[in-house]
Amino acid sequence: MNATNLHLFVLVVPLLAALAINLLGRRSRQWIAPLVLGSLAFSVFGSVIIMARVVEYGTLRYTVGNWQPPYGIELVVDPLSALMMVLIAVVALLASFSSLKSVEQELPGREHFFFTLYMILIVGLFGLVLTGDAFNLYVLLEITSITTYGLIAMGKGRAALSSFNYIIMGSIAACFYLLGIGYIYILTGTLNMADIARILPTLNAPVATATAIAFVLVGLWIKMAFFPLHSWLPNAYSQAPTGAGTLIAPLMTKVTVYLMVRVIITMYTPALVFTHEWIARGVVWAASLAIICGSVLALGQKDLRRMLTYIIIAEVGYMVGGIFLANANGLTGSILHIVNDAFMTLCLFLVVAAIIYRQGSVSLVSLRGIFRRMPITMAAFTLGAFAMIGVPPTCGFFSKWYLILGGIDGGHWEFVVALIVSSLINAVLFFRIIELGYFGSLPDGDNQEHAIDERREAPWWMLSPLVLTAVILIVVGLSTGPLVNNVIRLMIPVGF
Amino acid sequence: MTPIVSIWPLAAILVSLLGALPIILSDRHPNLRESWTILIALVKLMIVASLLPWVLEGGSYVFTIAQVVPGVPIELRVDALGMIFALVASCLWLFTSIYSIGYMRALDEHAQTRYFASFAVAISATIGIAFAGNLLTLYLFYEVLSLSTYPLVTHKQNAEARTSGRKYLTYILGTSIGLVLPAMLITYSIAGTLDFTTGGILAGKASPEILALLVVLFLFGFAKAGLMPFHGWLPAAMVAPTPVSSFLHGVAVVKAGVFAIFRVIFHILGPETLQSADLGSLITYIASVTILVASLIALTQDSMKRRLAYSTIGQLAYMVLGAGMLSAIGMLGGIMHLAMHAFGKITLFFCAGAIYVASKKKNISQMDGLGRRMPITYLAFFIGSLSIIGMPPLGGFISKWNLLLGAVEGDQLVLIVVLLVSSLLNAAYFFPIVYRGFFVPATDGEEEGIKEAPLFCLIPLSVTALVSLALFFFPDTLLRLARMALGS
Repeated sequence: MNATNLHLFVLVVPLLAALAINLLGRRSRQWIAPLVLGSLAFSVFGSVIIMARVVEYGTLRYTVGNWQPPYGIELVVDPLSALMMVLIAVVALLASFSSLKSVEQELPGREHFFFTLYMILIVGLFGLVLTGDAFNLYVLLEITSITTYGLIAMGKGRAALSSFNYIIMGSIAACFYLLGIGYIYILTGTLNMADIARILPTLNAPVATATAIAFVLVGLWIKMAFFPLHSWLPNAYSQAPTGAGTLIAPLMTKVTVYLMVRVIITMYTPALVFTHEWIARGVVWAASLAIICGSVLALGQKDLRRMLTYIIIAEVGYMVGGIFLANANGLTGSILHIVNDAFMTLCLFLVVAAIIYRQGSVSLVSLRGIFRRMPITMAAFTLGAFAMIGVPPTCGFFSKWYLILGGIDGGHWEFVVALIVSSLINAVLFFRIIELGYFGSLPDGDNQEHAIDERREAPWWMLSPLVLTAVILIVVGLSTGPLVNNVIRLMIPVGF
Repeated sequence: MTPIVSIWPLAAILVSLLGALPIILSDRHPNLRESWTILIALVKLMIVASLLPWVLEGGSYVFTIAQVVPGVPIELRVDALGMIFALVASCLWLFTSIYSIGYMRALDEHAQTRYFASFAVAISATIGIAFAGNLLTLYLFYEVLSLSTYPLVTHKQNAEARTSGRKYLTYILGTSIGLVLPAMLITYSIAGTLDFTTGGILAGKASPEILALLVVLFLFGFAKAGLMPFHGWLPAAMVAPTPVSSFLHGVAVVKAGVFAIFRVIFHILGPETLQSADLGSLITYIASVTILVASLIALTQDSMKRRLAYSTIGQLAYMVLGAGMLSAIGMLGGIMHLAMHAFGKITLFFCAGAIYVASKKKNISQMDGLGRRMPITYLAFFIGSLSIIGMPPLGGFISKWNLLLGAVEGDQLVLIVVLLVSSLLNAAYFFPIVYRGFFVPATDGEEEGIKEAPLFCLIPLSVTALVSLALFFFPDTLLRLARMALGS
């Protein structure tokens, strides 16, 4: 290992761990936790170093096996990739503590299968943010999708069916993406993103280019569950094993949004994507609808986890809309929201995991009086809820700030209204739960007797990452300035 | 004078925020827990007071907590206007803490640890609002205040508390997210800054239409100020224990709303900018309607706390009215009324709580003859109500006098009438309470056992009543701060 290929090791170490888990974890489950946590801790450590290096020295490029691009596969770590690496590593590490505990309870005897897939998924995610090659990106996208199908199918009840539904939608998405890349290859003769960006504007083939762009974007939209292509997500995410949900929900859609940013900024260049103003306008309208519909659908749910999955759909609308505002504030808001939403979703899914571990259900009815039973978990939930609503100084406020500002700058008032309405609906959604948890089952009349529920807080394995995530929500919020100035600003294309 | 960079404003906020921790940890030792509360209140008052001399000399303190958005850091700045609010709030918090102990223990309330911890967070947020250096920081603490008072409003945890809690959040959070947030972002996108600047930040940058929109969004968005039709949460919030109603819904929360409106009018929109767009009358008319309607509704309320709540809504609108006059003397009256009303109204609420503790009575119609059993409480109530009506020799006279002068100076006949009629209405809803207490004999014999509330309740209410009196004779410090806040 040396200075130039540390990022490769961030990816390779979890991969080796995945193999080791399958081999050693089969014999004794004692091996699993150290391998998972050790390799992910290494990834966190490595990605933080890379981040520091990228901020200081600028973008790192590395050709695997020394095959030069455009033929070889190039790994590119620019500030955005580095940010995503840190994000993935930290979220994965925090989630894995909780996953280890809930998988132990839910999938006894199958832990090594679960964590093999789990680690390969993380490797795939790292690969996605590192690669500078459009076809390689397709391969990695399929790796993450296939591992996700497997993880979801390990859930109880109708999980297999939901997973199958997801496979169909995911495969259609993959076809779209592959077709788009195919067009690009025919047009440019290269699959290296930087090359594509150089060649594509010089070609005079507007229709073919537009088709290629449309195919790739639609493929990604299905993968990220952009309304109205979202139907697979709620079932898949809410029926997955709890331990899988804590990893998949915060990361999968967010990384796919990252891919869209990457494709637009680095591969197609914004000038090409936003040529037709009415298309961008249409996408912002669709995003506004996604936000409103996701939020309203969340209102109808009777289960906390299902409610959260619809909020994810709304949040995808935030990020897609922000990018298609096609201005600096909107793009900044979207990228910031990738980070913020990952942590907010992680926080809330960790709460879900903790509650399911203790009482087996997160249906709204079962949450009555939960503050008394699990006060620390619910304190973290409250913080996560505030972040989702967008209460300063939690991070959710600041990405919303940039997104709304972008909406005002671009004259997209429908987007501004959608964001504010969704904040209000989030307030209703979360305070409904806080109220249930806080008041418990009310005795009739003015009677002040309260059922004393026994306090049964989640185990430390689940509680400590949760509390840490809740703290991160505020820390990230207060570090918005440095984050935007040192990392995100560098990614805003010239002319925005 | 260049501002001094100092960590003390932050310390003033943090002392009670961090103080919530030892309060929670001494859950099982009530005496220790309440000692923490008193200690924190004292330290906070001392820190705020220690900042006063320099501010009186025209200086200010700044402290930047974090860089978050270009041009708008999370920043604290202690200036004259903030100092008035911080002084009033931290001073009254001390009295409320003492009063809370008497009240909560006398009624043997449940979940007292949560109560005292939430209170500590709420006062932190209040000082944060007072010391906020820009609108974003103010908004931040404003939201923290809204959320930390939710457990206090719903303290009883019964069905009524739940309904009121819903109403509270719907009004307060709904308006701050739905109205203030967009208004703030529109302001930011026009001005590129949100710093509180004398004369405002929008001079010459915004059209009269945009300004009018912003005025409406901000006035109603800061619904804690209770301008109609966004006042409904305040009577509902009276379900909270009385110390909460007295401090939060008589002083901290409601005045946070008015204070925010002051900040916006004085330091964001700018009086001159508003004047040139002729928007002062928009503000004063909205306020006038609230003053008259709230006073009329107060007349019809039999529940003591609800009557006080409607009285508060009316008095808050006085302050907004003063600010809306946009003349030096009118605005001075508005600022002074913020301080004067605080001492008067908290006295009244303390008395209402003391009556409840002593007799378990909530309705005015049941309070016949109580004054003879509880003379000190009733005397304090009388003083407090005189101050709010605006009679000399009480503090309230000074502020109302200035408001009236402002109306006369501006030749605004309508406002003069509103002020006079409203004062009569104030008298009409306060005096019967005192009259019933002293002169109407009790109907049945059950009042025999009633005596004054515990000393923990009695002392704070006597002191605040005396302060109301003292402020008439020594208003100089406050007046000076208020004049400095207006930059004259």
